[in-house]
Amino acid sequence: MTLRTEPVVVSIGPHHPSTHGVFRMRLTFDGENIIDAEPVIGYLHRGTEKLAEERQYTQVITLTDRLDYVSSMTSNQAFVLSCEKLIGLEVPDRGMYLRVIASELQRIVSHLIGVGFFLQELGGFGGTALMYAFRERERILDLFEMLCGARITVSYSRIGGVFADAPADFWPALRRVLDDMPGYTDELEALVFESEIVQSRTKGVSPIDPVLAVNASLTGPVLRASGVAWDWRKAAPYDVYDRVDFDVPVGANGDNYDRFWVRIQEVRQSLRIVEQCIEQIEPGPVRATDAMLFRPPPGDSYVPTESPKGELGFYLVSDGSIAPYRCHVRAPSFINLSLFKEMLVGWKLADAIVSLGSLDFNMGEVDR
Amino acid sequence: MYGLGVLKGFGVTLKNFVRKPFTVQYPEERSVQHPRFRGQEFVWYEDRCTGCASCAKYCPLGIIRIVTDPDGGHEQEGGDYKVEVFDIDQGRCMYCGLCVEACPYDALHMGSTFEGATTRREDLVITMEVLNERPKHPSTWFRPQLEQQAVDPFGGAPVDSGDAGREAYRWHPKRSEDAPGGAGK
Ligand code: SF4
Ligand code: SF4
Repeated sequence: MTLRTEPVVVSIGPHHPSTHGVFRMRLTFDGENIIDAEPVIGYLHRGTEKLAEERQYTQVITLTDRLDYVSSMTSNQAFVLSCEKLIGLEVPDRGMYLRVIASELQRIVSHLIGVGFFLQELGGFGGTALMYAFRERERILDLFEMLCGARITVSYSRIGGVFADAPADFWPALRRVLDDMPGYTDELEALVFESEIVQSRTKGVSPIDPVLAVNASLTGPVLRASGVAWDWRKAAPYDVYDRVDFDVPVGANGDNYDRFWVRIQEVRQSLRIVEQCIEQIEPGPVRATDAMLFRPPPGDSYVPTESPKGELGFYLVSDGSIAPYRCHVRAPSFINLSLFKEMLVGWKLADAIVSLGSLDFNMGEVDR
Repeated sequence: MYGLGVLKGFGVTLKNFVRKPFTVQYPEERSVQHPRFRGQEFVWYEDRCTGCASCAKYCPLGIIRIVTDPDGGHEQEGGDYKVEVFDIDQGRCMYCGLCVEACPYDALHMGSTFEGATTRREDLVITMEVLNERPKHPSTWFRPQLEQQAVDPFGGAPVDSGDAGREAYRWHPKRSEDAPGGAGK
């Protein structure tokens, strides 16, 4: 006698299945194997693009803080870069350096959270690595507080530079963080990446083929884990990325392990970039203009930037008025989710959460 | 050897076990914010404010409500706009600071606290009276003149309205009798 079996549809969410935001997965199981997967998004939709059309360019900076709320600095930067291109503003050197320092610190924060949650998602000794990562993150957020008075919703960049120069006590504090970070990174690597348990759980799981990754427009660490060395900071350097030297770490297999491994390597490269910026930065103005109101000439602009999640860009259309006529956000988290089904089908439930986490998406950005 | 990596991981955990704790036990202990901290308790100087409403225009959410009334008389004879209502709806405020950045007369400053929870939404709307009564502990955010004076919003002395402005505006008082050597105050 054979037992009659049938596929079971399980709805996971809409809470935080892997604490990346309010996300729902509809998975169809045959036993414990996933045979179909469907992402259900939109729970965090706030209409950012529409709201941007009703706000002056400077005011939209505050909205970009809330797109990817674990990396507001890079969102700020991407938006003002697009505005500057639209208006035709030249940014003073010091402003660009400060923006790059802030963005690279933000990249470290974002990747620390990504890697910290990795163990949480594996379901094992969850809190430990996460809390270590949060401790390091806390120190960088303190630096942001010195720079701009806020820790998460920074609104640091302004069209034409940054809102003000760093206070005098910022530089020694940054030095202390930079001195401690490599040690912390080593610790995290020893704890997470050298553990055989983690390796056996994640190596070879949900690999993404490089050709598929490129065809699906994946960007950021997810693409680089598949072995494609594509980084907008190298491909089309913005701000001062053409004046600093850094490597683009790439993975070999594109599996869950590689996707996290690439992130921790990028933390080291970001530290290198910040070190070089500190050496190169000269005193001077940080802002091209004190103006807050702009009337860009009619036209459009798009500047691709490398956010911690991938290619982030703001497509702005101006009709010559004080607010954008259209503002489209090319959100990397959203596009990286497009291979969701291909990644999950054929794997088990326990792997699904890790695979999802390895995309390191942020629902604030996916739903906008 | 298999398992070496796991042991190494335990080594890291052990190292952190004996490390000094990084966390503080709020509310008994508190971490100190930077003077640039963009906090609640906006600081507003009525005598500096001209009622120009730049702050209201630059607020991305439009939550500052200002009603002014010309109190008669020509500007050059000492007449001006009297600010009658100055409300900030903090229930919707995101503490972005654009209003402070926009204020050309340094009348509005970010505050320093973060514990302004109330039980009713309406209590979050801060009015002119509340703003006037508050001790003036402005944040140094976007106020280089306060940074130069090393103003400490946490426990330092309150800042007088005369010291809150940029040099260019310091001797540009709102009413002629407030000027140094003037008749008022
Ligand atoms: S801090 Fe921002 S949201 Fe709050 S009142 Fe000022 S401009 Fe508006
Ligand atoms: S607070 Fe400043 S910007 Fe607002 S009305 Fe008064 S002077 Fe104008």
